[in-house]
Amino acid sequence: MELEMKYQKTKGLTDNPLSYCPGCTHGIIHKLVAESLEELGVLDHTVGIASVGCSVFSYQFFNADMEQAAHGRACAVATGVKRIHPDNVVFTYQGDGDLASIGIAETIHAANRGENITVIFVNNAIYGMTGGQMAPTSLIGQKTTTSQSGRNVLQHGNPIKISEMFQHIDGVAYLERVSVFNPKQVRNAKKAIKKAFQYQIEKKGFTMVEILSTCPVNWGKTPVDALKWVEESMVPVFPLQLFKDSGVSHE
Amino acid sequence: MAKVLMKGNEAIALAAVKGGCDAFFGYPITPQNEVPEYLSKYMNEHGKVFVQAESEVAAINMVYGAAGAGARVLTSSSSPGIALKQEGITYIAGAQLPCVICSVMRGGPGLGSIQPSQGDYNQATRGGGNGDYHVICFAPETIQETIDTMKEAFDIADYYRNPVMILVDGLIGQMMESVDFDRPVKHRFLPPKDWAATGTKNHPGKRNVINSLYLEPKELEAHNNMLAKKYALVTQNETRYEMINMEDPDYVIVAYGTMSRVARSTIEILKEKKLNVGIIRPISLWPFPKIAFDEIGKNCKGLLVTEMSMGQMIQDVQISNRGRLPIAFYGRSGGIVPEPEELAEAVMNFEKWRVE
Repeated sequence: MELEMKYQKTKGLTDNPLSYCPGCTHGIIHKLVAESLEELGVLDHTVGIASVGCSVFSYQFFNADMEQAAHGRACAVATGVKRIHPDNVVFTYQGDGDLASIGIAETIHAANRGENITVIFVNNAIYGMTGGQMAPTSLIGQKTTTSQSGRNVLQHGNPIKISEMFQHIDGVAYLERVSVFNPKQVRNAKKAIKKAFQYQIEKKGFTMVEILSTCPVNWGKTPVDALKWVEESMVPVFPLQLFKDSGVSHE
Repeated sequence: MAKVLMKGNEAIALAAVKGGCDAFFGYPITPQNEVPEYLSKYMNEHGKVFVQAESEVAAINMVYGAAGAGARVLTSSSSPGIALKQEGITYIAGAQLPCVICSVMRGGPGLGSIQPSQGDYNQATRGGGNGDYHVICFAPETIQETIDTMKEAFDIADYYRNPVMILVDGLIGQMMESVDFDRPVKHRFLPPKDWAATGTKNHPGKRNVINSLYLEPKELEAHNNMLAKKYALVTQNETRYEMINMEDPDYVIVAYGTMSRVARSTIEILKEKKLNVGIIRPISLWPFPKIAFDEIGKNCKGLLVTEMSMGQMIQDVQISNRGRLPIAFYGRSGGIVPEPEELAEAVMNFEKWRVE
């Protein structure tokens, strides 16, 4: 009797071992992005842009052509690629330090130009790679290595809400905030990511999926507690919702 | 195409197109604005790429992306704008991507002025970006030479997979001259860009990654050694200079760009005073034409370096001179272009302008 293959690792990922810490949800998000590209049949004409942060090595993990960008500049690099090859699928994979802090100008203007690219925005409210410093998305009261008594509004302002800002930009075709803290949320995240790529293929414009993610090591939590912290502490500040969908009829 | 009267910056733009430019990314800054203005129309009309970026930083990173995707890419800016681009330039050099950068110098430091200057010699030849890299830098003296150099620049960038900078000052950018766009250009054999990130369907079985990150010390050192070999090859093949009136001169003026034009007039003034003065005109600023200084006749009494700055190229002249001849410096800054008579006075009063 021949066995039928029901499930296997996506062809969208290479065999390089991931460099992420135990319990970090970057790995899940990588898988969702890779599966989406594979299922849409676009892997062989995709160019991904790796950013600077924990996902700096994503160019080793996605099984596609990749360009590694300077810190914050992924959307500018993606613009360069997409304008040369408009029929390629081009995506960036960026953390909250890269996108919401040093790269916010590049991201806003790429969105405003309606660059037909997909931005995978991984928000874990901290700088992971550099060792747990405060991010623009760190929560009020959150202790980090540069906010050791907890982030306070007077000194550092409130966590920046990227999706709430970007929903007002005309060039944005699709924008949703999702998470991966339980299997249901993982399935929702997959749907959002796939839809964003589908819209890019249909040349609808700028698409972004913000994904609330964990950083157990720098949060000082177990992987399970980290998932709980996303649900109980991050979601109230960064509500999971569909912000914009140009594909939906507004009749 | 017959000779036409054209402004420097517009000529730079058209010459880039003639050199095969596929895409332009830039941000407005005086005195180079005619470059993007011209291209905004031309590129759109010819199905090529033009993007006015949100900043110089974004523009140079768009260059990185497009160059990494295999295109011939141009960006253009001026002094403070080039400063902002230097982050991207080191990534481009590190990832071995070809591109052409046009720098139309204005006064500095800081916001400085919008008048012509040569105050960015160090910025162009030393770079402000991090790490061991070089930008191949050419400094033409006329609009015609700027056109000829620009037409060749994309080939040179592609050949070495390295950024090439065309360095002029605001005077060359803003003035008009009679020029010919059809002068022949040396073309090189260029291998296909099989390293470009264009999607694996274009190179099955191989994943192309554009990258400058090497966390393993030995890997990064090997990368730097490989780059050093390339830079040695560039020095051997692309060093360019002109020797003007160098038959046994009494003095030699060292000048590039606009200042070498001024110095040509100074030769005539000093002939009347029975002084025979030659010019060494560096055309490639990096690699600097050190060998030109070995060709100076033994009756030469000294080198007068002149720049529209407080003195930057003078360091390369000192290195090239190796202590053999006395060196003097005459420079003006702030947007002032020295008159030929000023240079003549400086040659005649050499000791007054002498530097250690």
